[in-house]
Amino acid sequence: MTSTEINGGDRFESVQSIRDALKEVSYLADDGIASVAFLADKLGKPVLVEGPAGTGKTQLAKSIAEITGSKLIRLQCYEGLDESKALYEWNYKKQLLRIQTERGDNTEDWTDIQDDIFSDEFLLTRPLLEAITSEEPVVLLIDEVDRVEVETEALLLEILSDYQVSIPELGTITAKQIPLVFLTSNNTRELSEALKRRCLYLHVDYPELDREREIVLAKVPNITASLADQVARVVRSIRQLDLKKAPSVSETLDWARTLMILNIDTIDEKIAKETLNILLKYQTDIAKATKELSVDD
Amino acid sequence: MLKLLNGFVVELRNAGLPVSLTENLDAMEAVQHIPIEDREAFKYALGATLIKNHAHWRSFDTVFEVYFSLRGPEYKIGDGDGDSDIDEMWREMQEQQQNADGNGGQGGMDGMTPEEIAQMLMQALMNGDQGMMRAMAKQSVQRFAGMEPGRPVGGTYYLYRTLRNLDLDSMLEKMMDQSRQEAPDDLTTLEERLEKEEYSDRIEKFKGEIEAEIRRRLVADRGAEAMAKTLRKPLPEDVEFMHASRDEMVSLKKSLQPLTRKLAARLARKRKHGRKGPLDFRSTVRHSLSYGGVPAEPQFKYPRPSKPELMVIADISGSVAAFARFTLMLVYAISGQFSKVRSFVFIDGLDEVTDYFKATEDISEAIHRVNTEADVVWVDGHSDYGHAFEVFWNKYGKDITPKTTVLLLGDARNNYHASQSWVVKEIQQKARHVYWLNPEPKSYWNTGDSIVGEYGTFTDGVYECRNLRQLEGFVEKLA
Repeated sequence: MTSTEINGGDRFESVQSIRDALKEVSYLADDGIASVAFLADKLGKPVLVEGPAGTGKTQLAKSIAEITGSKLIRLQCYEGLDESKALYEWNYKKQLLRIQTERGDNTEDWTDIQDDIFSDEFLLTRPLLEAITSEEPVVLLIDEVDRVEVETEALLLEILSDYQVSIPELGTITAKQIPLVFLTSNNTRELSEALKRRCLYLHVDYPELDREREIVLAKVPNITASLADQVARVVRSIRQLDLKKAPSVSETLDWARTLMILNIDTIDEKIAKETLNILLKYQTDIAKATKELSVDD
Repeated sequence: MLKLLNGFVVELRNAGLPVSLTENLDAMEAVQHIPIEDREAFKYALGATLIKNHAHWRSFDTVFEVYFSLRGPEYKIGDGDGDSDIDEMWREMQEQQQNADGNGGQGGMDGMTPEEIAQMLMQALMNGDQGMMRAMAKQSVQRFAGMEPGRPVGGTYYLYRTLRNLDLDSMLEKMMDQSRQEAPDDLTTLEERLEKEEYSDRIEKFKGEIEAEIRRRLVADRGAEAMAKTLRKPLPEDVEFMHASRDEMVSLKKSLQPLTRKLAARLARKRKHGRKGPLDFRSTVRHSLSYGGVPAEPQFKYPRPSKPELMVIADISGSVAAFARFTLMLVYAISGQFSKVRSFVFIDGLDEVTDYFKATEDISEAIHRVNTEADVVWVDGHSDYGHAFEVFWNKYGKDITPKTTVLLLGDARNNYHASQSWVVKEIQQKARHVYWLNPEPKSYWNTGDSIVGEYGTFTDGVYECRNLRQLEGFVEKLA
């Protein structure tokens, strides 16, 4: 495993070392992925990972966490996410309780109580704050950031550029170590310029034939090389069709596993057609692919 | 290095890519960590810091190749680490050839006949041998392109000359034949399809190699700045519908899908984002019953903007066909945002094509049917807006309601027929809005046989829609 230095900036030695380390946890990175991950560490900048669904965007963050031995903190974005869910929240029940107990004896001054109830003790940390206050190295994954509203995006800006959170009652909390931050997006909407500017940009696309074959080999136990090759080639062929939703890597893996369970070692047309519904999820797509695969052009 | 990067960034901006100052600084910092010798990583480092939109990657790629294919030490890497391998392979190949033919003593590739070259190329492609393919690309360019320094022709000319000599189209057939022969038993259709795709993929790669080689040579000859200028291509969203090449069409189509997805999401959000309207008195009183008559929970009327009904009337004659196609695709892709969409196409006759879109979920198939099956020719198949509008008014005019928005698409080049602009006037009186979208640049309007001005006076607006960006802007406003 690579070094697990707490200070950001030297988790990895070189681009190649990332690739090798990722390979050990069976994540096969291409040049782009490895160099961007390397840079993210060196420059201490977040990475915005974009690409079609099911191409291993989230997995990348998980694997990076694994190879650096860091804790993975995940913030799943959704519509209506606000700062009390993403950043921090005051534990008002506990605050109330505190005030109640003070009421009995009037020994303490009001200002003391006020200072007291707005202290760390009453602060509930949410993923973002947790990531920067953590003592141990952390990989922060902000998943599907395109789901939040444009206004909420602004919440992320401070933490992404300066690794700090400002809490009006407490002041600014700066990061004890610089976490590796990954934001993923399925590109359902254009992210704001401000957010994009603060990030390194990485587009993860469907893998090339060779890489997909490697992935299948790595992820599906006991699969033969020839079957993996066939799987990758059929999937590539299907992706070239004009489909509503092209098969993703995870669907390729599902398909390969299915073929393994069915004890199939060579794919012919009949088998391909019968199992298409694992790769494709729309009836029109399935119909189209069936037609294409059987017609001899 | 600094100067080189600066030039590079300036060129990116010239190509229309938005690169901000901070991004520039990031790039500067990034390249300090990644050695320029690691070309791929270097490229991705620059890409990650400078390019924040995948659609821009292609343009970035081109500029990068131009700027960094020659300069400094990387030129040597470009073919340096390849060269030794290639030489070796070269010798191997020659030995093989000698053994096979028994005609020793040819002096390198220059002495080979075109047939032999083709044979070798086929070998290389069959084996999928990267290094060999690159070497072949180099040799073919050297031999066939006939490049002369200082000659003012574009790279495409050389590309054409090289490819003509190599005859890659028949190469695919030959390769298929050979693999058919080599296979122990007959290939199934699936296998054949896969083989074919594999080979055409390799041929594409080989073409890419040739292109890169030509570009390298041109850059060496003319310098990066001049080259970058000639290679500058508009971004997909800025490609003009009327002058798009086939490749550009493909990339347009590709960028249309994410665009519609984004547009639909944005519009849906816009509709949902209803602010509170005025107090709903009835509802407040009704709710107050549960509080013993105290109106503790005020109710508000939420504005529910009605979805417009849309009628699209599109000219699909030659020059504007692409534009009509894209608009129809876009409109149907977000048809959820309209309560009803009806579409009509015309050249000099008019036909309703709504059913084609209803019958299938697949928009491109529907468009295909529109182009092949719709009955749009009345006399001679030259645009006649006047007649088409007249037919529309007589047949479908009664269906226009005050809720309907009518979209007219076309360049209004009427071939000097009667304009019948009274139809548009009638439509305007009945419909909620009438818009005209014109794919021609504004400066061409009302020149020659274009009478967009005459129709325009009876519409609520004539919009220039030359590229996807403008089209997207209009549709967003519409829904």
